[in-house]
Amino acid sequence: MTATLIEEFRHGLAAPICLTWELTYACNLSCVHCLSSSGRRDPRELSTAECRRVIDELERMQVFYVNIGGGEPTVRPDFWDLVDYATAHHVGVKFSTNGARITAEVATRLAASDYVDVQVSLDGATAGVNDAIRGAGSFELALRAMRHLARAGFAGFKISVVMTRQNVGQLDAFQSLADSLGAQLRITRLRPSGRGADVWHELHPTAGQQRELYDWLVAHGENVLTGDSFFHLAGYGQALPGLNMCGAGRVVCLIDPVGDVYACPFAIHDAFLAGNVRAPGGFAAVWRDSELFARLREPQSGGACASCSAYDACQGGCMAAKFFTGLPLDGPDPECVRGFGQRALALVDGAAAPRPAGDHSHRTRVAGPTGPVPVSIGPRPVDAVAATAASLSRRSAPDRACDQNPLAGFAPSAR
Amino acid sequence: MDAFDLDAAWRLHPQVSVRPERFGALLYHFGTRRLSFLKSPALLSVITALDSEPTARAACTRAGIDAAEFPAYARALATLAASQMICARTAA
Repeated sequence: MTATLIEEFRHGLAAPICLTWELTYACNLSCVHCLSSSGRRDPRELSTAECRRVIDELERMQVFYVNIGGGEPTVRPDFWDLVDYATAHHVGVKFSTNGARITAEVATRLAASDYVDVQVSLDGATAGVNDAIRGAGSFELALRAMRHLARAGFAGFKISVVMTRQNVGQLDAFQSLADSLGAQLRITRLRPSGRGADVWHELHPTAGQQRELYDWLVAHGENVLTGDSFFHLAGYGQALPGLNMCGAGRVVCLIDPVGDVYACPFAIHDAFLAGNVRAPGGFAAVWRDSELFARLREPQSGGACASCSAYDACQGGCMAAKFFTGLPLDGPDPECVRGFGQRALALVDGAAAPRPAGDHSHRTRVAGPTGPVPVSIGPRPVDAVAATAASLSRRSAPDRACDQNPLAGFAPSAR
Repeated sequence: MDAFDLDAAWRLHPQVSVRPERFGALLYHFGTRRLSFLKSPALLSVITALDSEPTARAACTRAGIDAAEFPAYARALATLAASQMICARTAA
C-alpha cells in the first residue's frame, strides 16, 4: 500500500468500498454492547421496494458488496428475497447474524452461492463469557449455526468477535474454534456506541490486554480479519494489515434501517448524520454531496495529538470512540496506546458525553450478569418521568411515593 | 513469483468487477472476496485492453505505454495474476 493511495482514500472514493447496511432494528437478542441499540423494529424501516431501489443504486455505483446487519437482519420476512435481489444485481452480500435462523437448510443454500458471505457473531469462546454479553443460550445458538454452515461445506464463513476484557485471553481458543469449523476469525474493536456506551468502561480491554491483542495480531493476524478496527494500536510501532485509517465518510458509511446515512456504523448520532436515502438523489447524492462527508474528506488536524510521534501511525484513533466517551475529536483516542486517552478521560465528565441517538432496545432488561440491583425509593427524576410517559407498555416506578399498590399506575383502556 | 508472460493472451477473471477511481481503479474478486487496487489510470487501460488484444504486450501498446516501461507493467500484471484478478485466456 503506497502512501499516495492512502492519500487518495482520505479524499474519499467515488463510492464506498465497504458499506454497512442495517436492515432492521429488530433483534431476538439484547446484547449489552449492541452498537445500534437494537431490539424492536422501527415502524419507519425501509420497505422491500425501497430496499430494492437502494440496491439498484449500489449496483449503478459499483459498490461490490454490502455488509448487512441490524438488529438481526434475518428476522425481516423479505431478507432472503433482498439477498437474492442484491446478488442478481451484482452487489455481493456479507451478512452478520446471531445464527438463530441459520438452519441446516439455509446453510446448504448459503454454501451454494459465491456472492453471499456469512458472519456469525460470538463474543466468547465459552458459553459463560459469551452469554454474559449476548444473553443466555446465545452461545449454543451461534454454535449450532456454525456447525450447520460447516456441515453444508461453507468454507471460510466468518466468526465475528468483539474484543472485550473478558475474551482477549481467549484469542487462541477463538482461532482453534475457527480452524475446527473451516471458518475464518474476524475480531473487531468494542466501541462505546449504542448500548455499548453503557458498558464500555467496564468491558473495553485494559491497557495490558491491548498490548496482548496487538502482539497476538502481529504474530497470528495474517489470516484474521479486523475490519481495520485496531488502527489505533499502530501506535505501538508496526502497522497492522489493512488501510490503517479511519474510513468514515471516505471509504465506509452506514445506512440504517430507516434510511439514514451515517459516516460509520459506530456513529449513530446527529453529529454524523449525512442524509437519508429517501431524499431526492438517493444514496448516491448523500455519498457525493453531503457537507459532513465533504468535511471528513478534508485533511484532518491532529489537534492535541499532532506533536506526538505516534500520530502518523495511529491518526488519532477512532472518531466514534472519542465522541461517545466525551473526548474532543482532535485529541487522543480513549484507548491511546501512549496513555493520553486514559488521562484525558479522567478529566471529562462522563455524564456529559453525547448519548447515541435512538434506542430500539427491548423494554425488558438486557442480558448481563445477574445479581442484586441497587435501588432507591423516592420521587422519580424528571427524565424518567418523560421516558415513562413515552412508553406505552410499562410503568416501572410509582407515580407518587405512596402508590405502592400492585395496581398503581394501571390505567384500564377505554375498550 | 513466476515471470509474467507478456506474450500470452490474458483476460480479466470473469468473477472480477472493476470500478474506476480517480487514482486508477478498485478491483473486487467475488470468488476470493479480495480487493485490489490499480494505482494508475494507465494500468486500468492495460487491464481493460487485455480481453480484446492478442497478448498482454499488445494491450500495453494499445494503452499507450512506452516499451521501456513494459517490465514495470509486467510486474504489476504478475501481482494481479497471482491474486487471480486476471487469468490466462485459455483457462477462463
